[in-house]
Amino acid sequence: MIKSKHLLGIKELSAKEIYHILDTASGFKDVLKRDIKKVPPLRGKSVVSLFFEPSTRTKTSFALAAKRLSADFVNFSVSTSSVIKGETIQDTALTIQSLGADFMIVRHASSGVPHLLSNILEMSVINAGDGANEHPTQALLDLFTILAHKKRIEGLTVSIIGDIAHSRVAKSNIYALTKLGANVRVICPPTLMPAEIEKLGVDVFHSTDKGVKNCDVVMTLRLQLERQSKGFLPSLEEYFNLYGLTSERLKLAKDDAIVMHPGPMNRGVEIESAVADGPQSVILEQVTNGIAVRMAVLYLLAGVKK
Amino acid sequence: MNILIKNGRVIDPSQNIDGYKDVLIKGRKIQGLYTKGKAPDAGKIIDASNCIVIPGLVDMHTHLREPGFEYKETIKTGTMAAVKGGFTTVCCMPNTKPVNDTIAVTEFILERSLKEGSCSVYPIGAITISQKSEALTELEAMIKAGCIAFSDDGMPVTNSVMMRRALEYSKIFKVPIISHCEDLNLSEGGVMNEGFVSTIVGLQGIPKAAEETMVARDLSLCELTGGRLHIAHVSTEGSVKLIRNAKSRGINVTAETCPHYFSLTDEAVISYDTNLKVNPPIRTAHDVEAIKEGLKDGTIDVIATDHAPHHIDDKNKEFDAAAFGISGLETAFALSLHLVEQGTMDLNQLIMKISITPSKIMGINKGTLSIDADADITIINPENKFIVDPSKFASKGKNSPFNKWQLKGTVEKTVSMGKVFEWK
Amino acid sequence: MSKEILDSNDINRAIRRMAHEIIEKNKGTENLCLVGIQKGGVVLAGRLASQIESIEAGPIEVGALDITFYRDDLNTKEEQPVVKRTDVPFTITGKTVVLVDDVLFTGRSIRAAMDALTDFGRPAYIQLAVLIDRGHRELPIRADYAGKNIPTSFDDLVEVVLEEDNSKNRAVLISGQ
Repeated sequence: MIKSKHLLGIKELSAKEIYHILDTASGFKDVLKRDIKKVPPLRGKSVVSLFFEPSTRTKTSFALAAKRLSADFVNFSVSTSSVIKGETIQDTALTIQSLGADFMIVRHASSGVPHLLSNILEMSVINAGDGANEHPTQALLDLFTILAHKKRIEGLTVSIIGDIAHSRVAKSNIYALTKLGANVRVICPPTLMPAEIEKLGVDVFHSTDKGVKNCDVVMTLRLQLERQSKGFLPSLEEYFNLYGLTSERLKLAKDDAIVMHPGPMNRGVEIESAVADGPQSVILEQVTNGIAVRMAVLYLLAGVKK
Repeated sequence: MNILIKNGRVIDPSQNIDGYKDVLIKGRKIQGLYTKGKAPDAGKIIDASNCIVIPGLVDMHTHLREPGFEYKETIKTGTMAAVKGGFTTVCCMPNTKPVNDTIAVTEFILERSLKEGSCSVYPIGAITISQKSEALTELEAMIKAGCIAFSDDGMPVTNSVMMRRALEYSKIFKVPIISHCEDLNLSEGGVMNEGFVSTIVGLQGIPKAAEETMVARDLSLCELTGGRLHIAHVSTEGSVKLIRNAKSRGINVTAETCPHYFSLTDEAVISYDTNLKVNPPIRTAHDVEAIKEGLKDGTIDVIATDHAPHHIDDKNKEFDAAAFGISGLETAFALSLHLVEQGTMDLNQLIMKISITPSKIMGINKGTLSIDADADITIINPENKFIVDPSKFASKGKNSPFNKWQLKGTVEKTVSMGKVFEWK
Repeated sequence: MSKEILDSNDINRAIRRMAHEIIEKNKGTENLCLVGIQKGGVVLAGRLASQIESIEAGPIEVGALDITFYRDDLNTKEEQPVVKRTDVPFTITGKTVVLVDDVLFTGRSIRAAMDALTDFGRPAYIQLAVLIDRGHRELPIRADYAGKNIPTSFDDLVEVVLEEDNSKNRAVLISGQ
């Protein structure tokens, strides 16, 4: 059962809790297939998103999830709020709590902000991405998608290609996949590899060809284009040559390997269009599954005894 | 009125004394040490039973924040925190607003500490004007005004030529140049030690190399110039090795570390407690061992506090945005005493590192209980346990990562220039 | 303290009688389907369906309904919700749906089940069949078909065991303190 009313990261979850969320999500996936895609359990609850970084897809996904659970959803717009007038993040969060919200979906460029807020708030805090720390609902929807295709996680080989050092998606997936018994490979240039990552139980590759060989799942990550100017990479072209997921490279993976991407994609930088749109791609399914998974998270956290 | 401190175990390595003696104070000076019962009568008796009576502690690395940041700390509150922590002398760093790079600021600090201070204050002047690494300050004038050393602490001297000139020029006055070693390009954006823990918490790391490359540079410059170099807040194993090697080659260098570098590891940062954010950052268990080894074998000469008080608003923020620094004066001795308990050093060595050696490095007549010395005396009950409670700090800075820690060794009384401070 | 209130034979007899009543009331099985409420109602719905089929030739549609998302006690219950399978592989619009549950108590599960059901379509009629009606209704809901009415205290527990092996089937009343 879920122990905490907050979802701060996958780090804090047990394998059992992860499976419980995924099982619940399949119930919601069924709901989403119906004509009436709405159920009533969070009637009267309100969900507020507080995003200090721009995001369209995650915010929209949470909004739909909340609404399909019959909760009210309000976006606290940071750019028009007092945050830019110098209000502290704690004051902003406490203000939202005083408005009577039950859930706060928070995204911030600084790692640890959801933890900071969870220490001062009564309401449930859900991490929608903090710095280079975690993006737990993304990893959960990725697991859900993998399970839908592979029927298991244990024993699979999952190759994650990209800017591991700055990727909270990679981190959450590494925790989730290793907790459930998958073999995880991380593939990226040494400049983008976080310190001592191998201690998390992953295999480190600098060669994409070697890293994707015989894997069951290939996950490519978005490359923030400003990495080039910071000296992590000589050029985006060279990055694509070395780490871009092309049809040729994908052939090295298992024949039935699936291709995933958390979006938004840079076509021609980390992934070739032919792969993104190809038969092995499950990228749009990930987006669909995101709603069911976020419904499950909201629903289960609402059921945790306060 | 004379004061007699009775029944305590007096330890003064400067005179090779360790035994039960009574200390007589007359005015602002020490009148003498007497064997039990031999001291003349005094107007006030302090009973130091179960306590050690040692030379007042000397902190050669303190941020008093005044002028300019009085909301973080003032000379009044900072020196009150000092005596509460057993320190009777603090040397204050120049990164105030304005920077202590002119005699006006130096004189202001000294006047203010005479008026409002509880302990002796010695200003450290800036090496370069505004700490910008562009032009040297007027060392002679500032020394005359009362500066005893120079440092751009808080900022490194990024320009190697400027550091060379500082080490050369300061030889005229035989004053130490205290180096804050940090390659700003390597540390840019970093908020904690770079390593496995920074990977786990997703915070940007500061590699050990950011400190070590500049330690190496400054040791080379020290060798080149024959200047008087002191390395501030050593935090890594690599720095310890570099300094050890330099000392073995006869380079005129001294070094300090701070209690947090031998009491904490970066794993604590998993809590995202911003009170753990300090520069240089708290390192790994491996580094902690190396720091202790360096203290033990003399590579590290001094324990300083790097007392860096902050207002709660500067700490109560997201980790990336919070200020660097630890309010350290009121926990430093107990944390250091733990090293004695662990067998890293004995009490004599500890008193050397936290009182006598810093006095020698800074060239001040402190750190001794000899006759006619300033009556700076710290009385500590080394067995008494206490729970750290920053809300009770005399310092305005409550930013301590040691909140709720149980420590041993309470400062019972501090005598600063003959004035007795005690707490209930 | 626990007491057996129905044994295997009692249960079989009750199911047989309810099957007859359902056929009688609906004048046959045309347009009729059964939906069992997770989880006690699902097996019972299957048993009722085979009984009906053995009386009136021809298959009858049976579905399973999980009402977890429709409950009104998410915040008040001690245990956290576990979602079970919902499987209604036929249209219910225009049909007579017999909701099936093992025990009728406060009526809240039935309220939730009706909400859930109407999200799947618009039945012509919804009827309710339960093996045991133990009273203590909190909502204006009653059973169209009841196997047995058992007086209970509010704090009692009623457990129904229905398995493939008929001999183990029984209903037990556990006294609450």
